Amino acid sequence: MHEMALAESVIDLVEDAARANGVTRVKTVVVEIGTLGHVSPEALHFCFEAVSRDSVAAGARLEIVSVAGAGWCLDCGKSVALAERFGACPECGRHHVQMTAGDEMRVKEVEVG
Amino acid sequence: MCTVCGCGEASVETGTNKAGHAHTHDHTHSHSHPHEHGHGHSHSHDHDHTHDHAHEHIHDHDHAHDHTHPHDYGSGPAGVHVPGLSQERIVRIERDILSKNDALAAANRVRLAELGVFALNLVSSPGSGKTSLLVRTITDLADKFPLAVIEGDQQTSNDAARIRATGVAAIQINTGKGCHLDAHMVGHALDDLPLAAGGVLFIENVGNLVCPAAFDLGEAYKVVVLSVTEGEDKPLKYPDMFAAADLMLLNKSDLLPHLEFDVAACVANALRVNPRLKILQVSARTGEGLGAFLDWIGAGVAMARATAKAAAPA
Repeated sequence: MHEMALAESVIDLVEDAARANGVTRVKTVVVEIGTLGHVSPEALHFCFEAVSRDSVAAGARLEIVSVAGAGWCLDCGKSVALAERFGACPECGRHHVQMTAGDEMRVKEVEVG
Repeated sequence: MCTVCGCGEASVETGTNKAGHAHTHDHTHSHSHPHEHGHGHSHSHDHDHTHDHAHEHIHDHDHAHDHTHPHDYGSGPAGVHVPGLSQERIVRIERDILSKNDALAAANRVRLAELGVFALNLVSSPGSGKTSLLVRTITDLADKFPLAVIEGDQQTSNDAARIRATGVAAIQINTGKGCHLDAHMVGHALDDLPLAAGGVLFIENVGNLVCPAAFDLGEAYKVVVLSVTEGEDKPLKYPDMFAAADLMLLNKSDLLPHLEFDVAACVANALRVNPRLKILQVSARTGEGLGAFLDWIGAGVAMARATAKAAAPA
């Protein structure tokens, strides 16, 4: 359940930004989560609700923007879609693929309430 | 609670003081002032205000970004916006969720580098023989390098006691409900742990093959321990940890004659997840393969010492 820790970090970054901008209430929090990473969106929603309660984001909606996996295939010399972290290149079938997207965990922005 | 881990319930126990250093005071800062002002008035006026703030923040962010964000992998697809959010009421943040942990880890790494200390973060599922392997390793290394150990568990200081029985300094971190160590906890442990220059620091993480993968502690390398009593498909089931590790120790090799464990398949699975992974087959009980592990540590120590020396002012 490290989603609890991640949710705490999200709230922390949101509170920093709120303080820096004189914001007293946040309505929506937007995060980017890569589909190949280790974050379960359901668990993050659940934990966010729990840890946001006493924060500037109390009652805020968590919007998770899913980032698809992609990689650079060394053999094909181009970007390809990746369905799993250690997956094969969908075009040549080999495993010489370096992941370039899909493990994101970013707080993108907040909508002020 | 703590910024990354919920370690408001964590405690650091040094062995000299059973009461430990419960450091909940350090964690209260992040949530202590969320509601300084009532905001009933904000609906009628907040449009102009937030517009200004959004602009202000962009500059502020760029500045902070450079300092706190050493491990940025770049952003995802550009221009992602959620439909329905009005742009003027948006405050951009654009920071990695783990950026605070990563900044603390970077500080730990600098601290260790200045001392020329070679730090390893040992990770595994519970019961892989991590502590036994560590006890054996520090026993073999005790007369070669100065050693220190940070032990992470949810509860008990049993493991730190096992380490101290060998004569090596150990600090126990109890994470309470936390499922992993984070850079903040390790930083506090470093405050209390006597670290000799040019030595080795072993950080034994909480037994958990999932969460510790995400949290940089400031170590030189992550070492994942997998025992042959587990399945050979573990690297595929828990790819994040094997992808994050630099070295895999396949432990309890003395039990192989009694098991149907396919070493070659296990190694192939691990390399599929992480082609750069180094792999050693070892037995903490018989000592098989440990020579290579000790040599690898020795090489790391030499490098850490040389780097510290090169970086030191003449």
